[in-house]
Amino acid sequence: MSSSDSTAAGLDARRTTRSLGAGFFASELAVLFRRRRTWAMLLALAAVPILIAVAVRLSSSGSSGRGPAFIDSITQNGLFVGIAGLTIAIPLFLPLTVGVVAGDSIAGEANTATLRYLLVSPVGRIRLLVVKYLAAAVFCLAATLTLSIAGILIGIALFPVGPATLLSGDTVSIGDSLVRSLLIALYATVSLLGLSAIGLFISTLTDAPVGAMAATVVLSIVAQVLDSLSQTEWLHPWLFSHYWLDFADLLRQPIEWSSFGQNALLQLGYVVVFGALAYGRFSSKDILS
Amino acid sequence: MTDGSVAGSSGPAHASGLAIETTALTKRFGRQTVVDDLALSVPRGSVFGFLGPNGSGKTTTIRMLLGLSQASDGEISVLGERMPQKLGSVLPRVGALIEGPGFYPFLSGSANLRRLDSADGFAPSGTRSARVSRALDRVGLGHAADKKVRAYSLGMKQRLGIANALLAPRDLIVLDEPTNGLDPQGTREVRSLIRSLADEGTSVFVSSHLLAEIEQMCTHAAVMRAGKLVAQGTLDELRSAGTTRVVVTTPDADAAAQVLRTLGLDPGHPDAPGPAVAASLPESVAPEDIVAALVAAGVRVRGFAVDHASLEDLFVALTGEGFDVVQ
Repeated sequence: MSSSDSTAAGLDARRTTRSLGAGFFASELAVLFRRRRTWAMLLALAAVPILIAVAVRLSSSGSSGRGPAFIDSITQNGLFVGIAGLTIAIPLFLPLTVGVVAGDSIAGEANTATLRYLLVSPVGRIRLLVVKYLAAAVFCLAATLTLSIAGILIGIALFPVGPATLLSGDTVSIGDSLVRSLLIALYATVSLLGLSAIGLFISTLTDAPVGAMAATVVLSIVAQVLDSLSQTEWLHPWLFSHYWLDFADLLRQPIEWSSFGQNALLQLGYVVVFGALAYGRFSSKDILS
Repeated sequence: MTDGSVAGSSGPAHASGLAIETTALTKRFGRQTVVDDLALSVPRGSVFGFLGPNGSGKTTTIRMLLGLSQASDGEISVLGERMPQKLGSVLPRVGALIEGPGFYPFLSGSANLRRLDSADGFAPSGTRSARVSRALDRVGLGHAADKKVRAYSLGMKQRLGIANALLAPRDLIVLDEPTNGLDPQGTREVRSLIRSLADEGTSVFVSSHLLAEIEQMCTHAAVMRAGKLVAQGTLDELRSAGTTRVVVTTPDADAAAQVLRTLGLDPGHPDAPGPAVAASLPESVAPEDIVAALVAAGVRVRGFAVDHASLEDLFVALTGEGFDVVQ
C-alpha cells in the first residue's frame, strides 16, 4: 500500500479483477463465529462428554455391563471419553447444531433482509451458496473437534491415561490413540456433510430460518428411524445417516479404511445432489424478502 | 436501443446515454400483473424521482433492475449493459437501498458495512476500513460506528443503509424510499446528500410516495399507477402537462365572470375561500389582457393570480384516489 491510498483518489480505486472470494469466506466465518448462538452450541456440545465423564466417575463403583461399550471402557482409559461423547452426540446433538447452522444459511440472511444486499453487492449467487456451504462444513469440523477435545481433556482429568487397547486387541501408544480420536472426529465431520447440503437446500426454499432448521433436524431423525426398520432394508445403504456410527474400523490395527471411504462417497453423493438442487432453486429464485 | 453503446464506461464523467432503460418490462405473480409494460428511461446524471402510491409496483421494478427478481417479460439495461446478464459487471457500479435497510443486529454498524463490502469482488480490501468510516461520516453515523445495530434507531438503520450504497464510487445510486423513518433533520440531510451525489455526476434513482420530496430534489420524474407508467419526463415537462388557471378575487363576481366569458374563458367558482372567480387559461389569452378588461369593466379587482397546476394536482389526477400525498 502506498501512502496515496489514504487520499480520496486512492480510496476510490477499484480492483481490476474480481477477487475469488476468500475475503468474503473469511467474513462469513467471522459472522458465524461472532454469534453468541454458535458459541452456545459449541459449549453445549463440549458439555456432552464432560457430563458423561462426571456421571461415570461418580458411579464408577462397578460396571453394570449395560450401556454402550465405549462408556464402560472410559473408566480404564480417559482417552476414550471423547469417542464416547461423539457416540452419544452423533444421533441427535450434532445433527441438531448442524441443522441450525445449515438451515439458517440462506433463510437467515433472507430473514434479516441482508440477503438482498449481499446479492446486489454483488456476491454472486453461486459464490454465496459455496461460501455458505463451506462455512457450514467448517462448523461441522469445529463441532466434532470441540466435542473430542473436551472429552479428551476431561478424560485426562478424571481417569487414568495410558496405552489403549483397540477393538482388534492390539495396544497402541497414547499418541497413536490421540491421532485415532482426531480421525474419528474427522469421520463424524464427513458424516455431517450430507446433512449440511440438505440443510442448505432446505434453506433456499424458505425465508423462515426456524422452519429450515427444524426440517433439517427432522430429516436427520427420519433417516435414522428408517435405518433401524428392517422393512426398509433396501434403502439403508442410501441413507445419509447409515454410516454415522461405523467409525469402529478406525479403532483396529491396521486401520480399516473401507467404511471411511464408503461413508465419504455417500456423503459426496448427497453434497452433489443437494448442492445441485440448491443451485437450481436459488439461481433463479425471486428474492422478495 | 442504446444497448452496448455506452458499455465499458466507468466514470461519472460519462454523462451521455441512459443510466436505466427498460422496454416492455413486465412482472407477473401468478395471474396478477404487478408491473405492466414499463418503458422507463432515466438519463445519466439526472436525479430521477420514481413516484407512485404504495403497492403500485415501484419496489418490484427496483428488484428487477437490480437482478433480485426476474422479469416475466421485457428488457432492462442499466448503465448501458443488459441486466441481469451483465449483473456481475454492472452491480459493483451501483449502490442501492432497497425496501428498507437489512443488517445483522449482532454486529456493529461498521462491521456490517465491512461484511457487505467484502461481498463485492471488486472492492479492494486494503481501503475497506477507510471507505467504511468515510461512508459512515457522510451519513452522520461516525459516532455510532462501533455500536451494535441492535441498538440503532430506525432512522440510524436507514442512514446505515444509505452509507452502504456509498461504500464505493458509484455511477448510479438507487434509493428506495430513502427518508423512511427519518426525522425532518435527517430528511434534509438526505436531500442535500442526494444533491451532492448529483453534483459529483452520479445518477440517482429515488423512489418515493412523497411528492414534496421528489419536487424538492429531482430533475426528472416518472409516475406509476397500478403497475403502469402514467407519466415520465423532466419536472418542467410534467408541470406543463397540467393546466394553468387564473383566479380573480373580487366582490363583483358576476361582473367578473361576464368579462371572462367575453374573452372566451369558462369561469367557475373556485375552491378558494371568499368572493372570487376562476377559469382555466387558454394559451391564446394573455393574463394582462384579462386584467385590463376587468378594470375597464369596472370590476373591483382585489387580487389576480395565474396558477400553474402543482405537481400534486397532477399526480392526484394521474393516480386517482388513495394517493398517499404529503400534506
